[in-house]
Amino acid sequence: MAPAGAPPAWCRLHPLSPLIRSSRTLAAIAVLAVVDAAQARHGNRMSLVVYGAVILFGLVAGVIAWLVTRWRLEPDALRIETGLFRRDSRRLPIDRIQAVDLVQPFLGRILGLAELRIRLAGADGSRGRLSYLSETDAHQLRARLLAAHHGLDPATPPPPERLLLSVPSGRLLMSVATSFLGSAAGVLAVVAVILSITVPSALAVVFGSSFSLLFALGSGIWRRVTSEYRFTAAAAPDGLRLRAGLFQTVAETIPAGRIQAVRMVEPLLWRPFGWCRVVVDVAGGAANRRGRTGGGGQVSRALLPVGLAADAELVLDRVLGDHRVPVTRPPRRARLKAPLGYHFLAAGYDRRHAVTVNGRLQRTTCWVPLEKVQSVRRLQGPVQRRLRVSSVHLDTAGRSVRAVLRDRDQNEADAEVEELTELCRTARAVHPPRPATVPVRAPSVQ
Amino acid sequence: MRVWEALGTGVILALLIGGAVMTTSVGAGLAVLVGILLVSVASLWFLHRRFRAWRYLERAEDLVVVRGVMLRRLSVVPYGRMQYVDVTAGPVERLFGLATVKLHTAAAASDARVPGLEPAEAARLRDQLARLGEAKAAGL
Repeated sequence: MAPAGAPPAWCRLHPLSPLIRSSRTLAAIAVLAVVDAAQARHGNRMSLVVYGAVILFGLVAGVIAWLVTRWRLEPDALRIETGLFRRDSRRLPIDRIQAVDLVQPFLGRILGLAELRIRLAGADGSRGRLSYLSETDAHQLRARLLAAHHGLDPATPPPPERLLLSVPSGRLLMSVATSFLGSAAGVLAVVAVILSITVPSALAVVFGSSFSLLFALGSGIWRRVTSEYRFTAAAAPDGLRLRAGLFQTVAETIPAGRIQAVRMVEPLLWRPFGWCRVVVDVAGGAANRRGRTGGGGQVSRALLPVGLAADAELVLDRVLGDHRVPVTRPPRRARLKAPLGYHFLAAGYDRRHAVTVNGRLQRTTCWVPLEKVQSVRRLQGPVQRRLRVSSVHLDTAGRSVRAVLRDRDQNEADAEVEELTELCRTARAVHPPRPATVPVRAPSVQ
Repeated sequence: MRVWEALGTGVILALLIGGAVMTTSVGAGLAVLVGILLVSVASLWFLHRRFRAWRYLERAEDLVVVRGVMLRRLSVVPYGRMQYVDVTAGPVERLFGLATVKLHTAAAASDARVPGLEPAEAARLRDQLARLGEAKAAGL
């Protein structure tokens, strides 16, 4: 590990950070000030002074926050200290890192600054943010963190990465247009137009009522497009690198072996194109409930926003290894309980993974590495009892992927619970969860 | 524990509504009272069944909890997956000298809760689980 001796020196964030941090608030206040000035025509000096004071106060607070924040990379942890009155010293153990993200807001890209977000497993307060560092510093620190995480000397240069796939912009736009959000917005717009043509008197009402909904849908679409624009996935020995973004770019690194579950979704409207979406679940998400949604704050991330089956195979191979697990279908009598869903219903498992297929309009396939399973549950509702079927749930630390072996034959489910418990135990023993010295899983078939 | 909770609620409900109706007409009030009593007895019966259905089994590698009458659930939680154990006793439980042991894993969906234990048994189970969890702990 790192050379013993005196601890490394403290570092500061980039001096321009307060500017970027408060840029949005400052812009908002500036707009308010201009609007106010335009309305109060007879030169309301007082309000200008107030706005000026607010802006000045914000800047001073930002500078103070910058002055009292410092960080350093210790042999086994990253330490971040901040706060003027209430000092907050946060120690992020390197071997607990779940993911390292590099976020660059639009202004940060212009100024060459980046924010480093470090995520650990665990509840609230288990994330560290360094906003902002210069781009080179951020890249260097990320490489050091990941190298140390994998038990290498932190000074090891970042390993070369290989581009796995990228998503063409045309396909992304088309996929968003045919997604739930896009089609809902389209239907709403068409209905609004038809109504306003046929019943001209209702024009105001129609637009008034549909505007807020359209706005919400539109902002969802906008966020989706801007956050997944120019998506690329690259494979590096220390994990998977995901990059995307139109204005604000986010570069995420998911260390190998940190994935709790993988989900592949095939919505109805995408099926003619043969597209699917692959999402992974990484542990550590309680902080997410506080509502931090912007820029890669989600716990589940798209490994593939939209892609062909071959692309999906590529990423699945990469994150899961051999994932072709034979699946079996539930008994035909389960059709009575799940008349719609029965069509795709299937599930199976082998020594490494469990696979479940659910959903009718939106076929969803989940993979769970058995060594990540936290607990096994069997549920049987009244209808299921009459049909002698029950469902087996596999619980993982992720938040968004639910792996359910739905409506299995009763006796089969009992056997599956036992067998899965056993297989999970073996998987945990064979594939210990923290391969600290082995940075790469067995190379995938390609 | 739920049995006693329900008994309390049922009696209070019966007294309240019965009293409210009694003020206008005695016959109607009595009918409502009887109805509410019947409901209380029925719910007691259901709760009794739920209480009877709630069982747990300590195996060598994992804790198994079975519960539910209508919706039957079985959870298998390996000791190695345990993050922490909670022992709680609400006001009603304390009244009857009982406690609930709950096992937490990293998965929010995990569901291993054993209510209505004698304090001594709850403490024993907690210590046993904590000991086994430490011995078999596995990372995420």
